[in-house]
Amino acid sequence: MFIEINDIQKQFLDKDNKAINVLTNIDLKVEKGEFVSILGPSGCGKSTLLSIVAGLTKATSGEIIVNQSKVTKPGKDRGMVFQQAALFPWLNVLENVTFPLKKEMSKKEAENQAKKYLQMVQLSNYLHHYPHELSGGMQQRVAIARALAMNPDTLLMDEPFGALDEQTRSRLHGQLETIWTETKKTILFVTHSISESIKLSDRIIVMGTKPGTILQDIKVDLPRPREQYKKEMLEIEEHIMGYLKKEIDKVVSEELANASNT
Amino acid sequence: MHPTLKRIIFFTSIIAFWEIGSRLELWMPIILPSPTMVLNALVTGFEDKTLIYDLVASFKRLAIGLALSLLIGSALGVLLAKSKSADETIGTVILALQAVPSIVWLPLAIMWFGMNETSVIFVVVLGGTFVMTLNMRSGIKNVHPLYIKAAQTMGSKGWDLFVRVIFPASIPHVVTGARLAWAFCWRALMAGELLSTGPGLGYTLRFASDFGDMALVIGVMIIIGVIGYIVDQLIFQRVEKTVLKRWGLES
Ligand SMILES: Nc1ncnc2c1ncn2[C@@H]1O[C@H](COP(=O)(O)OP(=O)(O)O)[C@@H](O)[C@H]1O
Ligand SMILES: [Mg+2]
Repeated sequence: MFIEINDIQKQFLDKDNKAINVLTNIDLKVEKGEFVSILGPSGCGKSTLLSIVAGLTKATSGEIIVNQSKVTKPGKDRGMVFQQAALFPWLNVLENVTFPLKKEMSKKEAENQAKKYLQMVQLSNYLHHYPHELSGGMQQRVAIARALAMNPDTLLMDEPFGALDEQTRSRLHGQLETIWTETKKTILFVTHSISESIKLSDRIIVMGTKPGTILQDIKVDLPRPREQYKKEMLEIEEHIMGYLKKEIDKVVSEELANASNT
Repeated sequence: MHPTLKRIIFFTSIIAFWEIGSRLELWMPIILPSPTMVLNALVTGFEDKTLIYDLVASFKRLAIGLALSLLIGSALGVLLAKSKSADETIGTVILALQAVPSIVWLPLAIMWFGMNETSVIFVVVLGGTFVMTLNMRSGIKNVHPLYIKAAQTMGSKGWDLFVRVIFPASIPHVVTGARLAWAFCWRALMAGELLSTGPGLGYTLRFASDFGDMALVIGVMIIIGVIGYIVDQLIFQRVEKTVLKRWGLES
């Protein structure tokens, strides 16, 4: 297996120094080249899990193995795209995308490589623009190009289209699908949108909350592009909705309880 | 009405009133010389080059003092942001020192370095250092964690992370710090020069005052004000605006 998530537990300390279980018994195997979505209500620990795979957060116990080596720190084999583009505002588009390439190649090579991926996200005309001059969707495409430019085997995406409007999001779904087919990356894609996960992934990992656990591992066996399989996608959506409803109710009733406490 | 037009009318009326009042001898020239006398004093000063020597001397001290205070201030700021112990000890001292006008160090400086250039520069350096320190510190402390995380996933860490991400991310605070440091240095320089030896704008101001040359006193005051205004409005405010815009902190 290309990515092995073995029995991950994660606790955070709350303000009274009490341990809170955010993730328990997370076991997940992902094959090379697979597109896997992690779906769950907000607060269930999706970002935490992705951040552990990225090496940005330490798990309380358990281990992550990517491409046969244990993850202990961030590495260029795992590119990450966040919900906010996290572009560096003092660098223009081209400089942002060459950021991870500075050490390993000459400026010329880095720029050529960056341009290749900027072309893939259709931003070749914006090389010298600064992030503040771009729309949210364009910024997110730059962030994707930046992650791809270091040519990682794995792409970790944490609700990358969550802050975008519906039309932009739908266009970027198409682009991401194309990029994935062209580059054969292994993708872990966090989302809280059921339809987004069905549209894009080979497998959907449904997570429950309090504590975060894996509820279901659902294979999506529809040919791509999937626009033409509306009926089948709707069936899967209802199927998943069944699992999630309980979880969402749990979150809502807890929020109500909290609201009445304060 | 256009603001520039309003300003022109405002200043012309003041100067006109001032000139007419002086000609009608509503007040004595020793109390307030007329604009023409001030202008003459300035022209003479520039023609015999004394004011030019003063400007050069003042700017030299300012350049050295400001450069040193930016360097020391930044270094201290980085130290305070990175080391909790330093922040809890040196940080407290700096907060206290920042509340002290730097000119009060002049007597000590004169004891240490003598009544010379070094003493004035010392006061100028102290004027700007602490405000730079505090801004550098908060700039580094307020770097958005997302930038750091993003950089780490791209293999950046340690010194590389500092130079390519943390420092540039804190530039808006650095610019504000530099602007305030300049303002404090400029004031400290004038105070220091008033109390020490020449040449220099502050020294000439006191010299003119000792000889009752009020036209020159006002002339030098105008030069000091104009320089302060130009540097602040035309240089620092513009740089600050551009930086804030690019860093996405202002639209
Ligand atoms: N650094 C942290 N310290 C304390 N609690 C945290 C921290 N990060 C996340 N949490 C908590 O862990 C839970 C899961 O968070 P997160 O992984 O961001 O969820 P998701 O991405 O699924 O919305 C939340 O309840 C959040 O409050
Ligand atoms: Mg999240």
